[in-house]
Amino acid sequence: MNYKQISSPQIHKRQSTDRIMQLVLIATLPGALILSYQFGWGVLLNLFISTLTCIVTEALVLKLRHRPINIHLGDYSAVVTAVLLGLALPPLVPWWVVVTAAIFSILIAKQLYGGLGSNPFNPAMVGYVVVLISFPVEMTTWVTPISLLPQGVSHPGLWDSGMIVFAGSVPIDGITGATPLDLFKHSKGLMVEQIYNSNRLFDNASIAGVGWEWANVAFLIGGLALLKARIFTWHGPVGMLGSLTLMSMLFWDAGSSSSPGSPLMHLFSGASMLGAFFIITDPVSSATSNRGRLIYGALIGLLIYIIRAWGSYPDAVAFAVLLGNFAAPFIDNYTLPRTYGHSQRRRATAKETDKNV
Amino acid sequence: MRHLWETPGGVHPPDNKAQSQTMSIGQVPLPKTLILPLNSAFDEVAKASVRIGDRVLKGQKIADIQGKLSVAVHASSSGFVTSIEPRTIAHPSGLSTPCIEITTDGEDRWIESKTYPHYQHIDPPKLCDIIAQAGIAGMGGAGFPSAVKLAIDGEKSVDTLIINATECEPYITADDMLIRERAAEIIKGIDVINCALSKPKAVLIGIENNKPDAIKALQEHCKGTQIEVVPVPTKYPSGGEKQLIYILTGKELPSEALPINIGMICLNIATVFAIKRAVIDGQPLISRITTITGQACDINRNYEVLIGTSVEHLLKLNGFNRERCSRLIVGGPMMGFTLSSTNVPVTKTSTCILAVSHQEMPDSSPPQPCIRCGLCAEVCPASLLPQQLYWYAKAADHERLQAHHLFDCIECGACSYVCPSKIPLVQHYRGSKGDILTARAEKTMASKARERFESRAVRLEKIDSQRETKRESRKLTSNNAEQQRVSGKPPLTTSAEDIIKAAQLRVQTKKISPEKQKAKLERTLIAAQIRLEEAQQRLADVLESGTVDQQTQHKATLEGAKQKVDKTQQRLAKIKLQ
Ligand code: SF4
Ligand code: SF4
Repeated sequence: MNYKQISSPQIHKRQSTDRIMQLVLIATLPGALILSYQFGWGVLLNLFISTLTCIVTEALVLKLRHRPINIHLGDYSAVVTAVLLGLALPPLVPWWVVVTAAIFSILIAKQLYGGLGSNPFNPAMVGYVVVLISFPVEMTTWVTPISLLPQGVSHPGLWDSGMIVFAGSVPIDGITGATPLDLFKHSKGLMVEQIYNSNRLFDNASIAGVGWEWANVAFLIGGLALLKARIFTWHGPVGMLGSLTLMSMLFWDAGSSSSPGSPLMHLFSGASMLGAFFIITDPVSSATSNRGRLIYGALIGLLIYIIRAWGSYPDAVAFAVLLGNFAAPFIDNYTLPRTYGHSQRRRATAKETDKNV
Repeated sequence: MRHLWETPGGVHPPDNKAQSQTMSIGQVPLPKTLILPLNSAFDEVAKASVRIGDRVLKGQKIADIQGKLSVAVHASSSGFVTSIEPRTIAHPSGLSTPCIEITTDGEDRWIESKTYPHYQHIDPPKLCDIIAQAGIAGMGGAGFPSAVKLAIDGEKSVDTLIINATECEPYITADDMLIRERAAEIIKGIDVINCALSKPKAVLIGIENNKPDAIKALQEHCKGTQIEVVPVPTKYPSGGEKQLIYILTGKELPSEALPINIGMICLNIATVFAIKRAVIDGQPLISRITTITGQACDINRNYEVLIGTSVEHLLKLNGFNRERCSRLIVGGPMMGFTLSSTNVPVTKTSTCILAVSHQEMPDSSPPQPCIRCGLCAEVCPASLLPQQLYWYAKAADHERLQAHHLFDCIECGACSYVCPSKIPLVQHYRGSKGDILTARAEKTMASKARERFESRAVRLEKIDSQRETKRESRKLTSNNAEQQRVSGKPPLTTSAEDIIKAAQLRVQTKKISPEKQKAKLERTLIAAQIRLEEAQQRLADVLESGTVDQQTQHKATLEGAKQKVDKTQQRLAKIKLQ
């Protein structure tokens, strides 16, 4: 009677890829809730459309590639991409924008490269950038946060939101407006003080604009929970937030008219926290070693600031992440950890014959 | 308190040690047959010194050392030799190796043996010889012949002796129980080793702090000695040799080096005990403490097991249930290997027989793609990047694998343990290591063959050109003669003629001086013999201490040197005949 032959180790920790993805999904909940509260049904519709599209696309591609659909769909990676994309897209954007972005994410950015684990770029960010470039008008219209809605106006209900998203009906006046980052971009010549005083966006919020700052706080909390659960290490987020802080401190310029905004405002507006804890921590497309991830994060933080301050887009997380993805293999090459018993680090491309390295 | 260094990485698998520690070390009823493998863990086979039908006594040597890494074998009980043939043994390869089968007579009668209670007065080399003749090999799992480790040559010196009692693998408690019950003997064993090493400056016992009883026992017996018991934090794999050295001393063993290169020697604590028994009590290594555990056994306990006892016999003794058992492991769950049948004997390195139930270790789900989460890199004690190694192993990119230090992987399995995608990383690494070594060996062999081919080509060319010269010169001479005959003038001296003459002269000198040729060949022979000896020496060194690929390389060099000597001898013989 033969016994099963299995190579060592014989035991495994309970952690599984499915479970990691589930935890990431759970950790986005606080952020998603705050966003829905602040910006209405559009957020949930985005999530819904994007998840549906991603799952269907993933299943179809797996079928075409003759892969077991249950196993691969069961790893939840498509859902994670879908949720991140849904959270990043502006609420009440037409459905076809969401669908286009989702299909691009899964089909082009993920499956064409070989599926989970093989994609050099963050799928959600690829989808986002594609629609941002293709449909700039739709993509730069943001819903006004709830506390700033004009008297007597409220966010459309589920039905009306559906009509706006699917049937293209035009939302009533006053429920869309500029984002804090837009304001900074388009208020050249005003002192930061003046911007803060002149716009109601900053009325009830001291730092980064009502609505956004709370959403960012919520993503920060979710991210810290993941950090605590050791889903990722601190290196990426600290690198990114650190360099973003540093840059905004360097160029803060005491709030003069040319100042691109305070460090706090940069940390808590736009997709800063979502990016730091949910997007650049995507392990597949980031650098590999801890040191590498620190550098990778810092690079992205730097790029975000540069594009926000001097580029032509108000927010820049998606572009910065894609550029970071580009740089990741290069960073990897120079950041191999020092192996036990070796006096020096080595470069990944070093040849066995270079004995001195 | 001694300062301890912290290794990177490491994991904390559930230790599952308590269940086998409820009872003291048990004795096993004498089995009907004992199967004693002749090969060591390094695949060198000892030479059987008994024949089928011989009567043997307990402790009698039945196979001698032959080759540096083989280990002497002793009868673990009295009886008759009933067969000498290849059998399957408890070895990761699952292959069969030559074994001596003894059918026991039930008397368990000891052979008369020499004891050395006054070991302090014995020279280190003699002590090493006693240890070698007692068949002692590392009992922690690697099975390296202890005497080879302890026989230090003149230039090297040992200032730290490290005794490894960490036992960091889950489930195994053999060392723990051994220490609790026989600490006094262990400390004596350390003293014997101290003498063999001419008193190293420091003696450290590294033991994980999850064994308070054992630590206490050791500390009590170490009072008043220079031996220091150092509890180390429980973290797998603190018991890896490289890791333990770092934890205790803060020194890193350079890649591909041995502890002795940095003045240290590491021995497993069970080996120390065996050395005490061998020297002071005159008992060779014929038994060991083995943990029998796992939920497929009703009883979980440590036993003093005679080497050669079949796993079947042990399992039966512990109420083993085949239906419940999902797999059978020798060693711990992190680095142990699975057995395909119970019909194999316990060897000197079998620390634990682990019969786990389906609930304990369910069959694993198929691996998922690597999501590059980096968890594996976080736990790697060697600070490698397992995910990159995996990537390059799949692509069979040998260059990158080596640039990522594949050969510094100690195969501890921590990476696979944490991998959420359940990728059998270690299996990939083992495969790649094998591939690279084979490729290297082939390369050495190919370059040797090429050299041989090229030198033959040069030789043939030389012969051809000599023939050609001769032919030409003959033709020319006859032409000249013809010319002379016709014209009556002496021939013109052409430059071509000069060359021909010179060539002829060379051929002549060669012909007329066989003595010179002989002398030259003799010089070549001596040089070749020296090279051969050197190569043998170097091979012996690396066999003892080098990596596998170094060994392959040196074997190839040795082969080349041998051929050179043979060839020279042949040519010399031919000349002498002439
Ligand atoms: S732990 Fe597994 S899935 Fe994660 S990076 Fe390592 S090999 Fe890949
Ligand atoms: S098996 Fe090798 S790569 Fe994996 S953790 Fe251990 S040393 Fe590192």
